[in-house]
Amino acid sequence: MLEIIKQPWPWYVAGPLIGLTVPALLILGNKSFGISSSLRHACAACLPAGIPFFKYEWKKETWNLVFVLGIFLGGAIAAHLLTNPASIKVNENLVKELAVYGITDFSSMVPTDIVSWENLFTASGLIMMVGGGFLVGFGARYAGGCTSGHAIMGLSTLQWPSLVATICFMIGGFVMANWILPIILSL
Amino acid sequence: MSNSTFEITKEKEHEVRATDAMCINESQQDHKWYYNFKYLITGVLFGIVFVKAEVISWFRIQEMFRLQSFHMYGIIGGAVLVGMLSVWLIKTLKIKTIHGEEITFSDKKFNKGQIYGGLIFGLGWGLTGACPGPLFAQIGVGATVVMATLLSAVAGTWVYGRFREQLPH
Repeated sequence: MLEIIKQPWPWYVAGPLIGLTVPALLILGNKSFGISSSLRHACAACLPAGIPFFKYEWKKETWNLVFVLGIFLGGAIAAHLLTNPASIKVNENLVKELAVYGITDFSSMVPTDIVSWENLFTASGLIMMVGGGFLVGFGARYAGGCTSGHAIMGLSTLQWPSLVATICFMIGGFVMANWILPIILSL
Repeated sequence: MSNSTFEITKEKEHEVRATDAMCINESQQDHKWYYNFKYLITGVLFGIVFVKAEVISWFRIQEMFRLQSFHMYGIIGGAVLVGMLSVWLIKTLKIKTIHGEEITFSDKKFNKGQIYGGLIFGLGWGLTGACPGPLFAQIGVGATVVMATLLSAVAGTWVYGRFREQLPH
């Protein structure tokens, strides 16, 4: 049994399990699934700086911060107890494309040839980690949610503004991965 | 302070907290802090699925945006279908929370932020290969440098809050 769990899980198992987070949070305490809000609560808790957008009782949303702490712990548990030593199997075309930019290490969840402490202050590393993070945080709040809040919770409750947001997430990702990322990786 | 003014301030506080947020449900019950433990467990299970299904892999996200694999589409599609079905069941059967509270849903209002912000978020997603949830899990699996990405995401959120009034919505 444990051997099966240690293998990578197929989409038809993982997808429904992720979807079950929606009713789980609703039934546990009438909470709507959303992760990027935790970043806002962090701002409200640490550096509200008198900004109206951060002046609210973040303590009432403690559950959300506890939830993301759980995601962090879940990652640690999976990595230490349920780990599969084999590298990730990705599409051959992707392997070839990335090799051009010197990305050949597929053993981690992140491309360690670029995403590492040593590369944090190289041009491509800085853009990918610091720049990418900034866009994710800024964009998610501007859009009023991220993949969890809009694509999963929003679509589950049939909210058409969430469909608009999800389509825009995908457009942005396509443009970045296919046209902009190749330029950044060759810096 | 009269009772009515207090009510207004309370309402206003809730309004600010609810702005552009998904998690706004006000509980009428006052629970002890350790009741949050149930959300910790949910988060842990969710994080394990994230890792085991390679959702937090930068490579899987690149495959998705290059149309080189069905994996991520299957996961998001499957999650949405199960989510939809669950919400429909909760509404039809009027299921309550484990504490007997009514489960509520709020509609999202459209604004242009969903377009501009969505595109910006997508660009970031294509770069980092992670949306906010996977960032936490990536740090958990030991990619500690992702803390820099997460910190930057918090900074991005702060900058949005700071310049919110000047941005088109």
